[in-house]
Amino acid sequence: MFEIVAFCLFSVLTITMFSITVLTNNALYALSSLAAGMIFISAFFFLLNADFLGAVQIVVYTGAVMSLYAFGMMFFDTLSEVKEKVKNPRLVFLLSGMVSLIVVVIFISPILGENLEAGVPVNPSYGNTVDVGLVLFTKYLVPFELAAIMLLVAMIGGIVLAGKKMEVSYSDMTEEEIDAHIKEEAQIEASKKDVK
Amino acid sequence: MTLNAYLILSTIIFSIGLIGVLRRKNVLMLFFSTEIMLNAVNIGLAAISKFHGDLTGQMFAFFIIAVAASEVAIGLGLLILWYKRTGSINLDDIAKMKG
Repeated sequence: MFEIVAFCLFSVLTITMFSITVLTNNALYALSSLAAGMIFISAFFFLLNADFLGAVQIVVYTGAVMSLYAFGMMFFDTLSEVKEKVKNPRLVFLLSGMVSLIVVVIFISPILGENLEAGVPVNPSYGNTVDVGLVLFTKYLVPFELAAIMLLVAMIGGIVLAGKKMEVSYSDMTEEEIDAHIKEEAQIEASKKDVK
Repeated sequence: MTLNAYLILSTIIFSIGLIGVLRRKNVLMLFFSTEIMLNAVNIGLAAISKFHGDLTGQMFAFFIIAVAASEVAIGLGLLILWYKRTGSINLDDIAKMKG
């Protein structure tokens, strides 16, 4: 009974939040409703006895990914209107048609999983976190290490891409120095344009 | 709850993300929709993991989360670079390779 109530409540909340994210024109509303939806999704993981996954969902998505988006949005003029008019409606029709076709194929395809055996069975006596750790560091050790390298590469890439021209820190300068620096930058830009 | 209920929920959330990807022209919204789609898949994997008594689904969900995190880092870095250069985050402006 409890599970049914929780499932219905959280599915309604999640679908509402994600619909707001997709349909709103305000980037800040989209960001906050996306963060809320991520937290509500972790409720499903707790319902499904995947406690560790639920905790990771909260920590990684709402802690890391959402704050990354929030910091990234400081670089954009987020309240500016982006023209949402679809220039090529035929392409959208084609894509939606293909997607629905794929969905139909998925639904009518024969289910192969009827008599599959669990390759990595759950051990209820261990608890979810211990169980996950045991499997992750034995059977999935190589993918785990590869994921670590991928995250390292992504971190370095993010720093290199977003961190250009960050050797100058405005917070260490006085106001006059900042004004002088901005003027200097503008002059360099102007001279570059002249060369072109 | 049955496995079907969770899979139907996962499909609905995935469709919401798909609508976002097809309809929005703001690149930031495109990233948000991608996150929604990845999360929908995670729900499906966790549900199958429970009803099948197999931990593999949860493992794949972990790796999907790792992929999503690195995708955000790189994508947002590229988008910031693009915005500094052009001052626009409209998807139609990133059509440089159009012949």
